[in-house]
Amino acid sequence: MVVQALKDQGVEVVFGYPGGAVLPIYDEIFQQNDIRHVLVRHEQGAVHAAEGYARSTGKPGVVLVTSGPGATNAVTGLTDALLDSIPLVVLSGQVPTFLIGNDAFQEADTVGITRPCTKHNWLAKDPGALSTIIHEAFHVATSGRPGPVLVDIPKDVQFASGTYTPPSKVKVSHYQPPVKGDMEAITELVEAIEKAKRPVFYTGGGVINSGPGASQLLRELVDATGFPITSTLMGLGAYPASGDGWLGMLGMHGLYEANMAMHDCDLMINIGARFDDRITGLVSAFSPHSKKAHIDIDPSSINKVIRVDIPIVGDVGHVLEDILKVWKARGRKTDKAGLQSWWAKIEDWKKIDCLKFKQEGKIIKPQYALQRLEELTKGMDRYITTEVGQHQMWAAQYLGFEDPNRWMTSGGLGTMGYGLPASVGVQMAHPDALVVNVAGEASWLMNMQEMGTAVQFRLPVKQFILNNERLGMVRQWQELLHGERYSHSWSEALPDFVKLAEAFGAKGIKVDDAADLDDAIAEMLAYDGPVIMDVLVEKHENCFPMIPSGEPHNKMLLGEASTKDAIGSAGAALV
Amino acid sequence: MSALKIKKGSNKHSAYNLRPDFSDVTERHTIAVLVDNEPGVLARVIGLFAGRGYNIESLTVAEVDHSGRMSRITIVTTGTPQVIEQIKAQLGRIVPVHEVHDLTVEGASVERELALFKVAGTGDKRVEALRLADIFRANVVDSTLESFVFEMTGTPEKIDAFAELMRPLGLVDVARTGVAALSRGT
Repeated sequence: MVVQALKDQGVEVVFGYPGGAVLPIYDEIFQQNDIRHVLVRHEQGAVHAAEGYARSTGKPGVVLVTSGPGATNAVTGLTDALLDSIPLVVLSGQVPTFLIGNDAFQEADTVGITRPCTKHNWLAKDPGALSTIIHEAFHVATSGRPGPVLVDIPKDVQFASGTYTPPSKVKVSHYQPPVKGDMEAITELVEAIEKAKRPVFYTGGGVINSGPGASQLLRELVDATGFPITSTLMGLGAYPASGDGWLGMLGMHGLYEANMAMHDCDLMINIGARFDDRITGLVSAFSPHSKKAHIDIDPSSINKVIRVDIPIVGDVGHVLEDILKVWKARGRKTDKAGLQSWWAKIEDWKKIDCLKFKQEGKIIKPQYALQRLEELTKGMDRYITTEVGQHQMWAAQYLGFEDPNRWMTSGGLGTMGYGLPASVGVQMAHPDALVVNVAGEASWLMNMQEMGTAVQFRLPVKQFILNNERLGMVRQWQELLHGERYSHSWSEALPDFVKLAEAFGAKGIKVDDAADLDDAIAEMLAYDGPVIMDVLVEKHENCFPMIPSGEPHNKMLLGEASTKDAIGSAGAALV
Repeated sequence: MSALKIKKGSNKHSAYNLRPDFSDVTERHTIAVLVDNEPGVLARVIGLFAGRGYNIESLTVAEVDHSGRMSRITIVTTGTPQVIEQIKAQLGRIVPVHEVHDLTVEGASVERELALFKVAGTGDKRVEALRLADIFRANVVDSTLESFVFEMTGTPEKIDAFAELMRPLGLVDVARTGVAALSRGT
């Protein structure tokens, strides 16, 4: 029944790990060929893989885990998906109903544990209601603001026979978040667009979640108005990096021109972003002179952090369509003169060239490694996942994204260990595409067991590890904020990644000379199978620009050539 | 490089210490929430308040529509206007929640609470307790030679006042149901 429900929901791939309490479902999976099952090596990997699958396809990711430890291992992934609004349906086994509450073997209060880290969850105690619950689970995961849901299924319910209800026969759910925005507010926004002298679009993951149509409409609106646009980490690719309006990412490690535009603008149009603390910096000094509009499908995002003038609750795609309609009908007006001097100011900021760095000599700068990766893979059918830390920010800064759903990263929760399993999920969905996980060595080790999954399922994922033998972002903060006391932020006893790759049955490449980098990347791309590429990079490189927390957008720290000399003896002692 | 020169012990550099400059006037609101009567729904509501650090002054819940399996949760909470707005929006996100009503702002409403008071004593104190109970229209629902249990329905303020009066007269225990509230009119 479970498998039938998944088939009727159009599920093609399930990421999972068997165990006692899900054996009946695994038995059903064994006896069919429509749904492929990817055996991961750890349940956290299953959830992240499903996230990668979901983020790169727009379809919900499906996970199957057993009771107790199977379910608790899935918690990090669920929380990650909740914060980044990724639609997931997680099915977990549970001990038989008559043993629930008995401290039975591998029993955990899964519904209780996952209540705060799912959008909704169910304990399916009645076999007759099981199929209805699974269909409802898909509905909830994908409607409104997407998110992870969990259905906990006791083993006796899995064995029981009941009447199957197909999706078409399920009673319409009362859960129907509105998608259309209020026309009065939309008209108010259009009026503001017509008058704005210093506007900026600030877009987020909501545009991606709204589907490719929303990205298309966003491009149309941005290009037609000629307004500049910046995006959060989660929203990269909704507007192409090569587009005329593109300023680059904003936020703590965002580009100078993007953050300055946010600070000095007179109209800020937030589309599907949520004024996260890594974006706003000092809230009381956040964009002090602007009128702010906020388009979000979740009413609780509005006025949560920043008070806005024009709130619009609705789906980004629908609202953008209406904005374009109204704006065109009113004569496509913008303040051309105002925009011209605004762009002149932005061009001045761009001249600072905040991402510049100097690649000198043999030691590879991480920025250089990513610049070369971008150069050598540009135009390819390419998907990028990342782990969490400095490499993640550099990837966001130095790689260009032309399309939505091409960039998978753990934004809200910042989960180290996300990237490798996510790359597995992305490659499952796009078997012929190039999937690169830009990683740091410390994050990568957190879920390195999933290399086994990649090898078993012949998924040619490329693990591009920027290895600085440090927890780079932690080290950077310790340097800047904690008096250069590097408490436990370096990696000792690292494995030999080439041998590790070989042990898994993958290919390993090591490169430590900038002159060899291009050849090494070419070798990685040419190999038809999973690769672990160990790029030994400058150990003390800091990620700039940076808005120190507690400061507003216009107080950014820019990178300094002098950083290296300023490290001092404390840092040098660690080498 | 120690570009930031932040004093030791200062937490200025933590992004988590940045607070929006919203109004800090605290208001008391009574919120009615209509929910599916399904297992765990109360835990979702309470978990939301606990997880996001909202206050609960009183909370009542019971099924109000048996055939539709709907329950009504009445929550009295305090917070700044911005927090109250967040509470309502967050409640609205919970999947089994059908309706959220802020009775404090949606026109006039009535609030009632039921309370039981156990008062022990003899002689004059016992007589005085009974006399005050009469004035407050409290009923005696249990009696021994040394004690009464009074039952009273009223606004939370009336119940507070009665409890204050009973305290010197031998108040032993109070049980309160929490506030039930409905909007006035149709």
